[in-house]
Amino acid sequence: MAWVTAAMLTSLVVLALVGPLVWGASADRPDPSAVLQGPSVAHPFGTDNLGRDLLARVLTATRPSLLLALAAVLLGATAGVLLGASTAVLAPRARRLVAGLINLLLAFPALLVAMFLAVVFGAGAGGAMLALAVAGVPGFARLAHTLAAGVAGTDHLAAARVLGLRRHRLLWRHVLPNIAEPLLLSTTTAAGTALVALSGLSFLGLGVQPPGYDWGQLLNQGLDRIYAEPLPALAPGLAILYAALTFQLLGEVLAGGVARRGPAPRTTAPPLAPSGPAEDGLVLQVEDLGVELPTPDGVIRPVRGVSLSLRPGEIVGLVGESGSGKSLTALAIADLLPEGARVSRRTLRLLGADLAAMTPKERDRHLATGLAMIFQNPASALNPSLRVATQLTETVRAHRGASRAQAASEASDALRRVALPPAVLRSRPHQLSGGQRQRVMIASGLMVRPGLIIADEPTTALDVTVQRQITRLLSEIRRDTSAAILFISHDIALVGEFCERVLVMYAGTVIETLPADRLAAGTRHPYTRALVESVPDLTADRDRPLPTVPGAPPDPLAPAPGCAFEPRCPRRRDHCAEQAPPLEDLDADHRVACWYPVPVTANPETAVAP
Amino acid sequence: MTSLQVSELTVRHLGPRGPVTAVDGVSLEIPSGTTLGLVGESGSGKSSLARAIVGLGPLHGGRVLLDGQEVRIRTVRDRRRLGRLVQVVLQDPDTALDPRMTVRRTLVEAATVFHRLDRPARAARVAELLGLVGLDPRLADRLPRQLSGGQRQRVAIARALAVEPGLLIADEITSALDVSVQAAVLNTIRELRRELGLSMLFVGHNLPAVCHVSDVVAVMRHGRIVEAAPTGAILRTPQHPYTRALLAAVPSLRTPPPDGRPS
Repeated sequence: MAWVTAAMLTSLVVLALVGPLVWGASADRPDPSAVLQGPSVAHPFGTDNLGRDLLARVLTATRPSLLLALAAVLLGATAGVLLGASTAVLAPRARRLVAGLINLLLAFPALLVAMFLAVVFGAGAGGAMLALAVAGVPGFARLAHTLAAGVAGTDHLAAARVLGLRRHRLLWRHVLPNIAEPLLLSTTTAAGTALVALSGLSFLGLGVQPPGYDWGQLLNQGLDRIYAEPLPALAPGLAILYAALTFQLLGEVLAGGVARRGPAPRTTAPPLAPSGPAEDGLVLQVEDLGVELPTPDGVIRPVRGVSLSLRPGEIVGLVGESGSGKSLTALAIADLLPEGARVSRRTLRLLGADLAAMTPKERDRHLATGLAMIFQNPASALNPSLRVATQLTETVRAHRGASRAQAASEASDALRRVALPPAVLRSRPHQLSGGQRQRVMIASGLMVRPGLIIADEPTTALDVTVQRQITRLLSEIRRDTSAAILFISHDIALVGEFCERVLVMYAGTVIETLPADRLAAGTRHPYTRALVESVPDLTADRDRPLPTVPGAPPDPLAPAPGCAFEPRCPRRRDHCAEQAPPLEDLDADHRVACWYPVPVTANPETAVAP
Repeated sequence: MTSLQVSELTVRHLGPRGPVTAVDGVSLEIPSGTTLGLVGESGSGKSSLARAIVGLGPLHGGRVLLDGQEVRIRTVRDRRRLGRLVQVVLQDPDTALDPRMTVRRTLVEAATVFHRLDRPARAARVAELLGLVGLDPRLADRLPRQLSGGQRQRVAIARALAVEPGLLIADEITSALDVSVQAAVLNTIRELRRELGLSMLFVGHNLPAVCHVSDVVAVMRHGRIVEAAPTGAILRTPQHPYTRALLAAVPSLRTPPPDGRPS
């Protein structure tokens, strides 16, 4: 489509440039001997009432028609965008005033305003163009206002205001560049609309006046005899259609180009081989899990060779910083990966059943009844338009076919479990606090009596005191229902306090698994050690700087062959850059992926150089 | 270098069910060269207070005094005068920098708000500012999306320092960062205070992080300050029950909580 559009656009530009030079003379030459002729070899589109060649006139009219339309759009867009975008930098009162004005102006239909103003300004090319420009202002202003409101809420604009930048500078440097892209796209499509509208004004006799002419006027003249000779009316009509279509297509192509910078197309998933042998008594058994994600810059592998297993009633923490792959691991287990992602694994068993051997329908059902997910943001995890009761009961009604009354009584039981009164059933999510919503999410997970609860950063959006309540609640649930809990968090202190066993992830792999009580002093991987050290503690010496991890996590697009932590590691040796260390047993409970693990020290504070 | 006094400050927001008092007659004082940490949970009014001081939010009562002079923001000129004294760094590293401006342009813009600088002086100033926040000067020609969250937040700090303010207001600047990155930013803040003698208002909900950089900690709840004391005192002998609850809720690897690990 891009090529077609380019060809159409070029033809218009060339016609507008050379049309008047080549055909201008013949378009204006009257020929009394050939008045109102039909199509012939000499005059393919016929002639008008003065005997002028219509083909030449249509071609010559390209320039005035396009110029007027473009001028109208540019004027209207400039005025509208400035008006709308200024709302981002004005004082609150002025901003409300301008926004109100824009909304008021939008109430009038643009075309009617244009016709009214064309009459007011006086019939003529300039008047019609101005009228159309003014009529277009509210639309552009509204769009710019909406886009600018997005920029106005950003921290960088607030910082620029505090810097004391003047308003015009804020507008030019910070607001307009950030909203220019969508505005340019809509201006392009608006040019097509403006062309049609201007032709309409000319057609009605409000636009270009004789002896000047544009397509609208030619259409008007041709229409008088359309039943005798259709072509003189059709030709300018087709020209209008062609030009308007070109602008529409141009807008589409440009918008398409912008959108293509988004995610890459989806890859097809290979068929999954059946899982390895089941181990007895495991709620979750994952071996060698990998995830591939297509990105605009190439395919990345954010999860590589992750193995983990949970026994009933166990709380396991999965810690890592952003980009470590901890959340994707959870999503891969729950079959909730974003579109386009590919999963590979040797074994994936939930409650002993092999998820790879199931049909998609069976798998969904097994996951829905065996697994509960609790997400970070309770505000968006609940459907805001449904009552709590509906959301709590829909799973059991769908999967276990429970009756309405039975489901309702189970729901109030579940709410009692999470220490919420049954009255909450009748409320909607927005009437609850963040902590209450997270409790509702947990209650909703409990409804299916899951064997495994995956909690992905369930307390990150909550305050510390509420966080404490939620972790306490999760431990009680674990004790009473013997469900296993996989607790994912970036907060190593919280994980260390709340979990029994901890898996530490870095750059897509598990680098250390250890009992939680060894986190404070017994970590062996340099990264885990550094991570623990960098947590500010209430009892820490406040006169010393916090130990940090120098450098940045590796680029997922360019994975190195060796240990992923090697470039940042204080204990690295040549061997580390060549081969990635496997996750190996130190003792029964402790595994580490490091060639040269940190020795166990009595005083962990001195283990890592700051 | 600049002292801040806030007395009886009140901020109201228009909520869905009428006006909500976000800050309710708060008074606080930051003597020159010291750091006040302001902790509180979400909705306690700490950000509204910080924003009201720099004129980003509404102010419905009370006074703000900088070096003993009352601050009023009526015109752009007032705002510029205030901007020379007080700068702010905000929470979100994703929108902290203009996505279309390189680090260099961002810093040059800030450095030239009050001073004219020629080309070599600009380059030197950019390198100096980046050095101040511990960033490699080679990052100057990058766009924000080519930087990590911690780097972006440090560029935002450098931008605030470019006008050489006497008081820096940091509103939840480490909340969106990973722990290891948070440690680096906290260290940067401490270094700056030592090198430049900045006064600072450090707002946050992470009590250990706030305590790490503050001389005095004020605890805010429901729009009021319930307790304010030197950091050591508030950690050792918290007076208000809410402060005690807050301290008890902080997870720690080194001191297990009283109720212990679930067994």
